Amino acid sequence: MNTYVYIFIMFAVTYAIRVLPMTLIRKEIKNTFIKSFLYYVPYVTLAVMTFPAIVQATQSPIAGVAALIAGIVVAYVGLDLFRVALTCCATVFILELIPMIP
Amino acid sequence: MFNGLKNNISSFRRGMMDGIPIGLGYLAVSFSLGIAAKNAGLDAVQGLVASFLCSASAGEYAGFTVIASHGAYFEIALATLVANIRYLLMGCAMSQRLKPKTPLWQRMLMAFHLTDELFGIAIARPGYLNPYYSFGAALTAAPPWAIGTMLGVIAGNILPQRLVSAFSVALFGMFLAVIIPEGKKNKVVMATIAVSFALSLICTYAPYISSLSGGTRTVILTVIISAVAALLFPRKDEEVIAE
Repeated sequence: MNTYVYIFIMFAVTYAIRVLPMTLIRKEIKNTFIKSFLYYVPYVTLAVMTFPAIVQATQSPIAGVAALIAGIVVAYVGLDLFRVALTCCATVFILELIPMIP
Repeated sequence: MFNGLKNNISSFRRGMMDGIPIGLGYLAVSFSLGIAAKNAGLDAVQGLVASFLCSASAGEYAGFTVIASHGAYFEIALATLVANIRYLLMGCAMSQRLKPKTPLWQRMLMAFHLTDELFGIAIARPGYLNPYYSFGAALTAAPPWAIGTMLGVIAGNILPQRLVSAFSVALFGMFLAVIIPEGKKNKVVMATIAVSFALSLICTYAPYISSLSGGTRTVILTVIISAVAALLFPRKDEEVIAE
């Protein structure tokens, strides 16, 4: 398996998804199921990729759980993307400074 | 004709300005993506190329998980498709905001850097969207994304483990910043997120299912959960248009 082939496939698929509707589809999608399915997909896929991966990404699993909770709270309050990401990083950094945390 | 040119230049400038804060945010998040790329076995140049070509946090991350497990080419195509399927929706929405006469090459160039953030600021523009606005925004926002990924691959090796550990959650923070605000507006979405968390946890550790690669599990869970949600809670037309 060649890494550049992987990257090219990623590019081809990603670009096709973006360019096809913008160049080809001129009419609105009418099917309610397809519309609803496409609406839910991003939220489900991001949620599935976030947990439990966030807990496995950090040295201390407890810091990962804390970053998840902190991220949910500040995103709910309405902080922007950059600040939510920073809050998660800071939470992990601070908690992992404490030697007691496993 | 001259007016059109002047309009294009001012739209381009405005786009460049609006792209700067987005680019700064990208720098931090793509650094985290670079750490994931490094863990998947990519070198700095490969990280740079992947991020320049794809400009997609979740999509690239999904791809990297497949590369990490040496998955099949078909598998990486499917994982990238599912993780990026939201751009299909955004592309549809964008196509409705362009002047019908917008040339093909401009549509194709705009599609190259259609990200969540640039979609957000483009849709917020009044009236028909001037493609030059999107070109300007992409010019300042896209390079930090690619460079940040490259730096993540390089510095992921140099930085103390503690800092790498902290940076590695930036990407997940960005995912949360996309899904949680929608969950706040729509209780069905919030419940769907909770179900997704729970099933993802179970599938990561359950026998048999846990032996599948992360990318494949993501695809299967996304299709099943989204389909069930769409069947049980179909979206009404007005709601979809209100997006």
